[in-house]
Amino acid sequence: MSRKKTYAPVAYDASGHDAGPQPLEGEAGQRSTIGTDVLTYEQLDELGRELDAIRQRVLDDLGQADADYIRRVIKVQRAFEVLGRVGIFMPFFWPAFLAGVAFLALAKILENMEIGHNVMHGQYDWMNDPALDGVTYEWDIVAPAQDWKHSHNHVHHTYTNIHGMDRDIGYDLLRIDDGQKWYPNHRFNLPLAFVLMLIFEWGVMSHGVEYGDYRAGRISKEEFEGQKQRAWRKIRRQVVKDFVAYPALALPLIPFVGWWAPLAVMGGNLVANVIRNIWSFLIIFCGHFPADVQSFEEEAAKGENRGQWYLRQMLGSANISGSKLFHVMSGNLSHQVEHHLFPDIPARRYPHIAPEVREIAQRYGLQYNSGRFGKQLLSVARQLAVYGRKPDDPYMVGNSPESKALRRAKREEEARRREAEKAATMAA
Amino acid sequence: MGVIRRMLASKAVGSLTSPHSIDHYLEHVHPMLTVSEVRARVVRVIRETGDASTVVLRPNGAWRGFVPGQHVQFGVEVEGKRRVRVFSVSSSQANRDGTFSVSVKAHPDGYVSQFLHTGLAPRTIVHLSQAEGEFVLPDVVPDPLLLLSGGSGITPVMSMIRTLRDRQHRGDVTFLHYARSRDDEMFTAELDALADAGVRVVRVYTRQPAPGAELAGRFHVDHLKHLGIDAADTLTYVCGPAGLIASVRDTYAELGAAEQLRAEYFKVPSVDLDAADATGTLTFDTTGTEAENSGATILEQAEAAGLSPAYGCRMGVCNTCAVKKLHGAVRHVVSGEVCASTDETIKVCVNVPVGDVAVAL
Repeated sequence: MSRKKTYAPVAYDASGHDAGPQPLEGEAGQRSTIGTDVLTYEQLDELGRELDAIRQRVLDDLGQADADYIRRVIKVQRAFEVLGRVGIFMPFFWPAFLAGVAFLALAKILENMEIGHNVMHGQYDWMNDPALDGVTYEWDIVAPAQDWKHSHNHVHHTYTNIHGMDRDIGYDLLRIDDGQKWYPNHRFNLPLAFVLMLIFEWGVMSHGVEYGDYRAGRISKEEFEGQKQRAWRKIRRQVVKDFVAYPALALPLIPFVGWWAPLAVMGGNLVANVIRNIWSFLIIFCGHFPADVQSFEEEAAKGENRGQWYLRQMLGSANISGSKLFHVMSGNLSHQVEHHLFPDIPARRYPHIAPEVREIAQRYGLQYNSGRFGKQLLSVARQLAVYGRKPDDPYMVGNSPESKALRRAKREEEARRREAEKAATMAA
Repeated sequence: MGVIRRMLASKAVGSLTSPHSIDHYLEHVHPMLTVSEVRARVVRVIRETGDASTVVLRPNGAWRGFVPGQHVQFGVEVEGKRRVRVFSVSSSQANRDGTFSVSVKAHPDGYVSQFLHTGLAPRTIVHLSQAEGEFVLPDVVPDPLLLLSGGSGITPVMSMIRTLRDRQHRGDVTFLHYARSRDDEMFTAELDALADAGVRVVRVYTRQPAPGAELAGRFHVDHLKHLGIDAADTLTYVCGPAGLIASVRDTYAELGAAEQLRAEYFKVPSVDLDAADATGTLTFDTTGTEAENSGATILEQAEAAGLSPAYGCRMGVCNTCAVKKLHGAVRHVVSGEVCASTDETIKVCVNVPVGDVAVAL
């Protein structure tokens, strides 16, 4: 008995997926000024059309090769993970133990970056495979998928590098851009960044819980409580796995190896997690914070057209050049520019379209940020050091008397405006 | 195997594989080696008629079996994309060789049914759900029993009659089937054999009647009378196109035998677009979108509004599309039942809004 659907469309058609975020809205008719210093609105429209065409061409071409690729990556990841767990289980033979730590770290890197991050962008939704479904996928890191997707896919990818909107600029902790106000804790930019690097997965998790936003009244109590609860549940599962369950499996080793066998397993897992933290931190910081990357003001971004949105993504990201293996291990986020232009097409396609994007950038006279890993890393470190110093301009210092006066003036003006509005409605 | 399977599916193992499941690891050892995901290997594909085929499947150990009359979600991957449709099981429950089969009529615009008919090779691995559905025989089969079907709606009742035959059921069973012609009929040889073995098999060919056939034309109350069936005390299973089911349902209602009837559609009946209750506004609460109620199903209206909600079978079977309805009344397109409570979960593919409705989409 055939049960025909009354409809033709396929479950997750990639061509219609994530058709592009809504632009920020300003006053009626307000047009964004982004990119207008180098291009006219007509040119920006044309830029949008050209990039849209690339995206559509790739989406139309998705098929077996992309499915085979991600399945192969998953197979390798699973094999690495099993090898890692087995190796760490042999603390009595240190070469196997060290190899185990390395394999587990590689497995976690692959799972988080090339699989988890990309799947949760919806890059493989078109396959309609429940195991690769961006909505339900959960990754091997303490940050719960749902809240990460909100702060990453929605906030960071839509309002990329807009001050006050993209919370990924400095992660509310570091001063990495001259548009950010300076506070005394930024003196410790470099050491803070170093600590964040070691515990990066916890940073990502707390970023998604949005405690600061709750304290500032930007999100409701219910929202905050939900995020907190999900985070706790995920933390428990991750901690139980790596620091309770696997060490407990090593208890029978004690008579043969010594009392420290479970502790060695625990330590091996910890080191693997930290290696993953360091690697993902470095890739992400090199993708957004080298000196050449631009940031934007909220007011200028209001009323963007498609081309301006693309332009902001392009100028707000930086690529890292490297070998094929390097690209895979970075989840192809070494092609941060292409990823930000087209976050929902399978990442393995980024290297293929990169030459075209670079050519377009050249033709329009736009900067296409790219550099070796070492160069980008050095640039990020220099940025952290430079912006950690107290600026001469008192208005850039967050708690200077001048800044405080400015904020007070703004508050008072806002209050006056509201009074006037109230009076006007009363009169009416 | 049962103990190992239970152990692998336990919470303890789950805490070691979190956030993934044990199946995500086992499947790389062998694709059929899964604990909870049902998979099956295609044993062979049998051509039944010019456009219908039977697919014989050997499921893995995760399969919990079926009851005759149930259906299964059938997922097959073509060019990297998994396509899922729901098909009825057609084989006998008494099969001892560990296989079962689904029978499918290729629909001109049904991708999966076409693919099954022309492109599905033996040894392919397909993704299944557990068998589902309430259209099943009771444990104790009552006497008398009528199995009534039209076109490709024969498949679930074929599973029933095959099972009864293999169990050597001695009761009074009538198998009444409507097909366009003998060429268009599935399982012709087997139905002939059943008739020869003494089962009462009556076939009605509506377009090319067989010479000397006892019945002709579409289903009519006279057909029951001619066969001497008293609807009031005959448990009846009917499966087929909406038109057949509607006329059988009306007949049974007139005869005061509605509670004896069990029906299964193989298509969602098309919705009456100019129904008087196509009023009000449909609100998609999560995305903050609104649409004027067009009278179509909520899923269709959501898609028309540019949303892409999850869905599977689009006929109220698989529950993939289930979402919370925040308030308002909805009418089930198959049963006609109206649900008006707040905060209930509904399947948006088979519910139309009645007046203002808000759903969490």
